[in-house]
Amino acid sequence: MSAALQVEALNRAFGALPVTRDVNLTLERGARHALIGPNGAGKTTLVNLITGALKPHSGRVILNGDDITALSQADRARRGLARTFQINQLFRGLSVLENIGMCISERDGHADNLWRPVGSSRAVLDEALDHLDSLRIVDDALKLVRELPYGRQRLVEIAIALAQKPRVLLLDEPAAGVPSSESHLILDVVAALDPDIAVLIIEHDMDVVFRFAKEITVLVQGAVFTHGTPDEIMNNEQVKAVYLGQEGHRGGRHG
Amino acid sequence: MPQFAIIAVSILFDGLAYAMFLFITSVGLSVTMGLMGFVNLAHGAFAMAGGYVVVTLTRTLGVGFVPSLVIAAVVVGAVSVVFERGLYRRLYKSTDLEQVLLTIGLAFMAIATATYLYGPIPKSVPLPDWLQGDVNLGFRNFPSYRAFLIVLGVVLIAVLWYAFERTNIGAKIRAAVDNRRMAESVGINVDRLFTLTFAVGSGLAALGGGLAIQLFGLSPSFAVLYLVLFLIVVAVGGLGSLKGTLLAALVLGVFDTGGKYLLSDAGGFFVYAVTVAVLLVKPAGFYGRE
Amino acid sequence: MAASETIGAAGRSEARERAADYLLKRHRFRLAETLPWLAAIAVYFIFPERMTFGSQVLVMVMFALSLDLILGYAGIVTLGHAAFFGVGAYTVGLAAARLGWSEPISGLFAAAITAGLTGFITGWFLLRYRGLTLLMLTLATAILLQETGNLRSDISGGYDGLPGLMFKPLLGVFDYDLYGHTYYLYVLAVLVVVFFFVRRIVYSPFGQALTGVRENVRRMHAIGSPVHRRLVTVYTIAAAIAGVAGALFTQTNAYVTLTVFDFDNSAKVMVMLILGGTGRLYGAFVGAAVYMVLEDYFSKLSPTFWQFGIGLMLVLAVLFTPRGVLGVFESIGRYFSERKKS
Repeated sequence: MSAALQVEALNRAFGALPVTRDVNLTLERGARHALIGPNGAGKTTLVNLITGALKPHSGRVILNGDDITALSQADRARRGLARTFQINQLFRGLSVLENIGMCISERDGHADNLWRPVGSSRAVLDEALDHLDSLRIVDDALKLVRELPYGRQRLVEIAIALAQKPRVLLLDEPAAGVPSSESHLILDVVAALDPDIAVLIIEHDMDVVFRFAKEITVLVQGAVFTHGTPDEIMNNEQVKAVYLGQEGHRGGRHG
Repeated sequence: MPQFAIIAVSILFDGLAYAMFLFITSVGLSVTMGLMGFVNLAHGAFAMAGGYVVVTLTRTLGVGFVPSLVIAAVVVGAVSVVFERGLYRRLYKSTDLEQVLLTIGLAFMAIATATYLYGPIPKSVPLPDWLQGDVNLGFRNFPSYRAFLIVLGVVLIAVLWYAFERTNIGAKIRAAVDNRRMAESVGINVDRLFTLTFAVGSGLAALGGGLAIQLFGLSPSFAVLYLVLFLIVVAVGGLGSLKGTLLAALVLGVFDTGGKYLLSDAGGFFVYAVTVAVLLVKPAGFYGRE
Repeated sequence: MAASETIGAAGRSEARERAADYLLKRHRFRLAETLPWLAAIAVYFIFPERMTFGSQVLVMVMFALSLDLILGYAGIVTLGHAAFFGVGAYTVGLAAARLGWSEPISGLFAAAITAGLTGFITGWFLLRYRGLTLLMLTLATAILLQETGNLRSDISGGYDGLPGLMFKPLLGVFDYDLYGHTYYLYVLAVLVVVFFFVRRIVYSPFGQALTGVRENVRRMHAIGSPVHRRLVTVYTIAAAIAGVAGALFTQTNAYVTLTVFDFDNSAKVMVMLILGGTGRLYGAFVGAAVYMVLEDYFSKLSPTFWQFGIGLMLVLAVLFTPRGVLGVFESIGRYFSERKKS
């Protein structure tokens, strides 16, 4: 059976600067895969290439056995590829319920309906409320997203991605910007994700990475530095050097 | 000389003069839009104001034409700073639509004020002797005023080019247009830079307005009528680009003149057809950044 | 623990019910919505001598409504909406003057089709762009249509216009009377029908998707929304409605000139909509009515004064009431409901 997501020899440069170099990555069904690396390694760029926000210069992206490299972002999303953004990309002027409901309408093809009112589809409404229930933000259903504290907005960001009923989920630093008192909310959700979904998570917090991931890929300067299980990575001297190299350098300046 | 060559030369000459006017008036708009992303639809009003200052100076106060042009540019440039600091500054973070509406509102107020002060009938200005009549360039006579416009345009292009490419300030402007946040982090005071470019741009617009009087006559509706043209030059040339504005001014100026020459009434067509053609292929204009 | 969980669960399901209730009932007619229509009918009885002007106001309301779909709901800023108004106006005008076809209601349908088609074709190409590029492209399109008409001014009547158009009686019975009474009711009836359609669109999942494009187009792509297709669809519909408004303009004036394509027209309808409030359906009513009434009054006093006033209104609106008159009402309403709560 084919993997949920396969990235083959992906290459991308901005002008003369290569940002993604010959990257290979595989996500099996139910994967819990972390993508780590120092700042500027090109992690978000890689996610953009996978989702289609950016086009590669060479290489392929394969979703559930289908080559989607030529497809648009929207086409890929419709085939079960969902993502969250590092900085929330929500419909700030709309209510939380509408944010989720819109996503479900898109998925089910309701959004092409010009005639019947939004409220007429009880199924969409119930499903949206179910999502809000499971994330415990039903109380905020009618509040406008921009009125929510950032941590709860981040939950909505994840809820939107989940509402797509994705087969592959790409989380870009899901707890970023969330005050530490609220980050457990996000991480609990991530921990409780449907075991069938293949999840790729970009994360800086190593505690989160080692708790969550069954596989880790280390990206350095756009290329895959190494890849393995959490134990292997934890004990990998070279990985430590890559991270400590940054630390040491900073230490050197101050010293 | 064969007939078609005579026509071609006339078109090129008049087109060039027209292009110089377009360039001088539009270049300020292009740089300020490229630098700050601020859509200033009152730019045409600044040009109109410059024109009326020249009218008052030459007709009421008896100042010479060329000195009036200079004074108008300086005065309008200085006044524009008041607008920038007092009003525009507040809207740098606003949506395009809000900037459009505010500046259109200002343009309307300016037009109404001009109508009140000067009346709706087009005005003309007295020109010094050396700008009237023709100048002989060998094979044919050309109107002196247009020749003056072309020469002035070339001089200004050279000055602006030098300022842009060879001075410190020019480098800072180019850097800020290219990547504002990067420029700020390197210590460039983009706000002050913008005020300066805005003032110079508005001053040049005023100069253009003064020059336009002889070409088209000056009435209050100038502010909106020609605004469309300035916006087109800026869009087709590419925001923030001196080269782009010049190329767009040349192309549009020559095409418009040629169109009107050859097809009289229907000739107005060409400017807009060229605009659509260019923007469909290069949406950011000749030298714009995507 | 168990008790508070039950209470928590009950509290949550209460919130859930409230949310469901709100969304299910949102599209239902509210009493306040009858106000503009009652006002329109009242005008018929109170100002019988101003019926031609009244018709113009209603035409502008329809025009502004069509723009609201694009600008207020989808968030797309254009400068050439008058193009569709003009196409509709000239469809009816040319049909009557050159083809002898002067039945009014079929004229409306023809105008909707030609204008809608124009919207579809231009939208398909142009809606790939935004910002200054789109502004200039839409502006140029409107001017090009105007210039095309000018090219063949023998057919179009040019800037002098197609004069002396005559239209057959409505439904074969109601004829145009000197004071425009029947035509006022006619335009009002068409407006009711058009508004009904627009209202349904706005409250539909499609309408919701439009607001999504306005609020965050990046997100829309990421959730699989075919953004371009949606925009072309709404642009076509808005163009058709603008075309109907233009057709009514020609029919009520029995006259049409190329000035219908003017940039001035596109700007005017945008100002009306902004003043009333975008994305609020009734903003078009308030904005168009207020603008036309003020213009009628002040430009008779002094056109210069009117122009200054409009400019000043715009500046003040942007600085202090960016969401238009209806936005101000909403803020007041919210202020009072907050006070009631506390």
